[in-house]
Formats: sequence, structure tokens, C-alpha cells
Amino acid sequence: MQAVNTPIQENEKLNANTNEAERKPSGAEQMNDSAAKVGKTVGKPFAKHPKMTMRNVDVFYGDKQAIHDVSLDIGKNEVVAMIGPSGCGKSTFLRCLNRMNDTIEICKVSGEIKLEELDVYHPKQDVVPLRARVGIVFQKPNPFPKSIYDNVAYGPRIHGLVERKTDLDEIVENSLRRASLWEEVKDRLHAPGTGLSGGQQQRLCIARTIAVSPEVILMDEPCSALDPIATAKIEELITELSEKFTIAIVTHSMQQAARVSHRTAYFHMGKLVEVNDTKRVFTNPEHELTEAYITGRFG
Amino acid sequence: MTNSNQTLSTAEKVNQSLQKRYRAEKRFRAYGISAIAFGLLCLVVLFTDIISKGHSAFLQTYIKLEITFDPVEMGLDDPTDARQLAMADFDSLIRNALKEQFPEASDRRDRRALYAVVSNGAAFKLREQLKADPELLNQTVPVWMLADDDIDTYVKNREDAQGETFAGRISEKQMGWVNTLIENDQVESRFNTTFFTSGDSREPEQAGILGALMGSLLTLLVTILLSFPIGVAAAVYLEEYAPQNKFTDFIEVNINNLAAVPSIIFGLLGLAIFIGFFEMQRSLPLVGGLVLTLMTLPTIIISSRAAIKAVPPSVRDAALGLGASKMQMVLHHVLPLAMPGMLTGAIIGFAQALGETAPLLMIGMVAFVVDVPGAITDPATALPVQIFLWSDSPERAFVERTSAAIMVLLAFLISMNTLAIWLRRRLERRW
Ligand SMILES: Nc1ncnc2c1ncn2[C@@H]1O[C@H](COP(=O)(O)OP(=O)(O)OP(=O)(O)O)[C@@H](O)[C@H]1O
Ligand SMILES: [Mg+2]
Repeated sequence: MQAVNTPIQENEKLNANTNEAERKPSGAEQMNDSAAKVGKTVGKPFAKHPKMTMRNVDVFYGDKQAIHDVSLDIGKNEVVAMIGPSGCGKSTFLRCLNRMNDTIEICKVSGEIKLEELDVYHPKQDVVPLRARVGIVFQKPNPFPKSIYDNVAYGPRIHGLVERKTDLDEIVENSLRRASLWEEVKDRLHAPGTGLSGGQQQRLCIARTIAVSPEVILMDEPCSALDPIATAKIEELITELSEKFTIAIVTHSMQQAARVSHRTAYFHMGKLVEVNDTKRVFTNPEHELTEAYITGRFG
Repeated sequence: MTNSNQTLSTAEKVNQSLQKRYRAEKRFRAYGISAIAFGLLCLVVLFTDIISKGHSAFLQTYIKLEITFDPVEMGLDDPTDARQLAMADFDSLIRNALKEQFPEASDRRDRRALYAVVSNGAAFKLREQLKADPELLNQTVPVWMLADDDIDTYVKNREDAQGETFAGRISEKQMGWVNTLIENDQVESRFNTTFFTSGDSREPEQAGILGALMGSLLTLLVTILLSFPIGVAAAVYLEEYAPQNKFTDFIEVNINNLAAVPSIIFGLLGLAIFIGFFEMQRSLPLVGGLVLTLMTLPTIIISSRAAIKAVPPSVRDAALGLGASKMQMVLHHVLPLAMPGMLTGAIIGFAQALGETAPLLMIGMVAFVVDVPGAITDPATALPVQIFLWSDSPERAFVERTSAAIMVLLAFLISMNTLAIWLRRRLERRW
């Protein structure tokens, strides 16, 4: 429990000034023109021991700007939830963190993104070691059309993490255990991963990601295709994983954000409106747009 | 409730339109069934025509004659001496045997007609026989010999022509002799092994398909080995690596255009480049394979690109997200998933290449080649070209051989497709 609390308490002090900087705007009659209201990020976007730091990030799809000047830290062993209305740029921002946006040709990123001391978007930075350190779990479960074993073993294999078959077996078992899938699949490790149920597939994808032992795990709506029971399992898993990993999770479920995250970031039309401790965001949001969103007035 | 009298409810409207929809549905299905029936009918007509014409080519008439290996007649005294054997006159042995059985043929014209009953290739067989067994010298033994093609045609069609005179190319007298031979049980129909074991010949009874079959096989081998890897590599580059710009658009348009270029143009190109510029020989399976490679490449590139495009992007994301390099993503995930689709396209390309005639004519694979080619640098012809050549020959026996060659070509095609489909199934089974 302590490991969870420490970064947040430290963030409190660091972000104290930012809290004062912006007063909560008022006047609900101007809600239509919400974009004009966004202004500077309110709350506590920075962390004392940041694992990843993003400063003044802009993202363009061709001429269209999807992310406007976003600055945010993700602390060590912290779970940061990203919420916001559909199309506000949560996925886009998340995909910048391990350069998955590179696969979209028209996508251009500027600003500074750092993984500890590593400059993520440095022109000479190879994406392969970066993605080994920053793993990602996608919205739709996407296991490889291979066996369960091969799915989990793929990452360690391509990165040459193990030399012996027994070590690989161990990694596969540990990863599946951590993803709380081991008991369900231990008898059919060589059955196709695509033959599992949706929730099992998503946990398989999580096991596949943690098999590489990344430092940061990015999750883009990992439970959107799952039923409440599978969702509960994965949420439990996220809490457990945060003891070892740093996690950024995009979600549409505010309950989920409330349950799993330490801090919550609210995005609105490509801008980062508010970042605060999760409790604060859901009980007493600082910004009127955040309040409007969490009370369900729009979005 | 109040307006239910004037207007029908949705359910009633749906029910009314339902009948119409059922009828349309039935008609639609009928169109499909009739299309398939038409296709099958054409296939049945084609096959019955070819098989009815060609099945007789698989049988060959043989004639039994009492041959005396007379050293004086042959001009040979040591059957183990290869030179003497090569110089010896075996034809005279056959002539003597025929003269002895039919002494009534006395004048020169009759004699010549009599000698023509047996294939002029029969002497080779006697030589082989004596070479294998030198003890035969001075002995008289019965020997089964190839009949001439006209006699063969007569024997095969004799029953159909019962009552009326056979309108073949043989004379009344020859007919009488053959009938005598038949009565004496000196004529037999056997399976035509020659057809499957020898190359082309001017004499239909000695002509075989093996030369053309090997030619096609070697040509196709060159085509497969070159066009599949090149086509797949090009498709992978264009789909996975090439930037989207004017230049790649230009390349794409050109590939699509190339797929529509008449094959004879590729033949001309091959003639100019491989034979004109690189000074390769004519009639080689190597050159034929290169030309057919040029021809099939566009088809393979287009179908491979389609197959690569069909690989779900989520699989690519999964691989890249784990830190796979682009090459690992392509080799481990995209290619295995795209392979069945790429094979389907390749099969179509290769089947087309196998049946292609025009470009091979341009590079001289239409030559008369007797020897069976053993390497891609031996002069050869190909199955479709052989069919073309035989269909053009005046001898009646070549008609049935043309149909038989078509059957061989179809069998080749079907077995190739079967192999490819089996291969595809195997790859698909890896879920
Ligand atoms: N490949 C792309 N090309 C062009 N524009 C894109 C692309 N992907 C996203 N966008 C645009 O960028 C903006 C942000 O999209 P993004 O997918 O990040 O939204 P999101 O917050 O993840 O939404 P959702 O909650 O629905 O997933 C949207 O306006 C979208 O239209
Ligand atoms: Mg999204």
C-alpha cells in the first residue's frame, strides 16, 4: 500500500503551485463554446519521480491538429487514467509514448517525450528497444494466430531475452500467472490463442506484453470489449501490476478510472484540461469541463 | 387504431412485400444455378470431345513378323561390334520377312506398299534387340513391331467402317495384307508406351509427348523459381516499405497495365533482350522461363499485394507493439498469414504460363525437337506448342495424338493445381 501512496503524496507538494495558478472558471451558459474555455491545464500534471515526462506535445494528422500542447508526467509505479469524450485524442496521445504513431504516415509529433533520460522522439532513437521498455495493450484483443505459448513467448524470443527453453517456459508461466490466465490455459498451451474467449484473449495480450518485462505499460481501453467479470479481473490485474510497472490507461468507464488509477487526466478536444488525484477528479473537479463530463452533462 | 383502415400497418406492408422478395430471391438463385450449369455443360462437352478423339492414341498397333537375323543380309558378322551394328542394314530383314509372308507382292510399287505396313522405326528396335542379345544371330524369332500410323488408324477404325470401304490413306492391297495379318493373330493393340517415353517425330507412331512435357516442366520450373520470390519481394516492398507518393503510384499503374499486355509482346521483349542482347540460344527452357516470368510477375505482384493488404492491421500493431522490427513483423506474421492468398494468385499465374503458346513461338520454342531435354539449356518445346504443331500436321494419326496431348496438358494442370491447393490448405491449417 505504501508503494502506491508515496508518489501521490509527493506529487501533491510538487503540483501545489499549479493548483493556485488557475481558478475554476464559472458560467455554465457558455458550455457550447467549450474549446475556448480549456485554457491551461489545471491540477497536478507533474510527478516527483517521473517515469515518463511529456512537455508541450503537439500531434498533427496531416494539417489537422489532434493534440495541443500537452504536458504531463507519469510517475514511477503510478497508474494514470486518461478520460475524455470520444475523439478528444486520448489514443493518439497514448500511442505517442511508444511511438506506435510511427505506423501512421501522416502523423507528426513535436514537443518532448522522455522515458527517464531517453529521448523517445530523437531522430536516432530506434523504436525496437523503446517498445521493449514501453509495452502496449490494445483496445481489441489481438492475439497472434499462433498457440497460446507462442503468443507469450514471442516477445522474449525476438528480443533474445532467454537462451534455454526452460527459461522461456518459466517466463511464459510467470506471465500467464501474472495475467491470472495460467489456471485456465495451462492444459492447452499449444492450442491457438485465437480460440480463447474475448476476456481470456485480452489477458493473453496482457501476458504477452508483460513477458518482455517492460517498464511502462500503455493500455488503450483494454476492457471495452469485455463483460463485467472479465473487466473486474483485468482491473484487479492492473492494481497488481502497478507494484512492478508504470501504467497509463485510457478508459471510457469512469468507475474503472476511479477504481484503478492514482491520477486521472481529462482530455478535451486535443487539450489536457485537468490532471488531479483520481479521488479529487471524481468528487471535486477543479475545471468546469471536467465537472460537466463526469456528471454526464456532455461527452 | 383510428387510421388502420386507411393505412396498413408496417407488419402488413412487410408481409405484402415478402412474396415479392421471395420471388426475387428464387430468381436470383436460379441465375446462379444456371450459370454453374452452363459452365459445367461446357466442361462436359469439352472433355467428351477431347477424350472421344484422343483416347485411341493411348493404344498402338503392333505387328508380329518372323525375323531371321541373317548376317549376310545385314552385312554384319560380329554383333558385339558397335560400329558394325550401327552400319548394319536391319530394314532388309523386315523386308525379307514381309516378302516371305506375302510373295504375291512382286512388282516394285506393291513391294513398297508392303514395306510401308511396318513403321520405319522398327529397324531400330531390331538393332537394340540384337545388341542386347548377340545370340540371336542366325536365328529366326517372332518380333512385335510398330505398325505404320496409317495401318494403326485403319486397325483402330476398322470396326466403325464395316461394310463400306475404309476411306483411310491405305490401298486395297495393304488392307488385304493387314486383314490377313489380323486373321493370323499377327496384329495386336497394346498400351502406347512410346507416346509417354519419346520426343517428337515426323512419324506419328514414333512421336511422343515426353519431350514437350519435360520442356514445359523445365520452363515452368524456371518461371516458378524466379517469379514467385521476385513477385512476393516486390509486393512486400510496395505494401510495407514504399512511401506513398507519385512515384509509387506510377509504379502501381504500370504493374496493372503490364498485367493486361498481350503475351506475345512479352515474347517479343524476350526475343530482343535475352536472345538479341544477351545472345542466349533459341528454344531454351531457360529463355522460355524468363519470358514467362516477365509475363506472370504482374499477376503475382497484384495478388500478393492484395493478400498482404488483407492481413489485419491489429496483427501488425501487436507485433510492432512488442518491439518487433519491421522485418520480423513481415516474416513472422504478415507473410505466413498472406501466404495462402499469395499462393492462390500464383497458381493462376502459373496455370496461365503453362498454357501459354504465343511468347514461346517468338523465342523459337516451336522448333522440331526429337531429343527429350534434360536441362534448362537443352533445346525444347512446350506442351501447348506441341499441341499446336501436331494439330497442324496432315497425318490422321496426329489428330488423336493432339487430343491425347491436350489430355496430358490438362492432367499436368490439374495435378499442379491440386498440389497448390493442398499446400494452401496445409498453410491455412496453422489457424
Ligand atoms: N489515422 C488517423 N488519421 C487522421 N486522423 C486521425 C487518425 N486517428 C485519429 N485521428 C483523429 O484524431 C483525433 C483524435 O483521435 P483519437 O483516436 O486519439 O481519439 P480518442 O480520444 O482515442 O477517441 P475514442 O475514445 O473514440 O477512442 C480525432 O479527431 C480523429 O479523427
Ligand atoms: Mg481511442
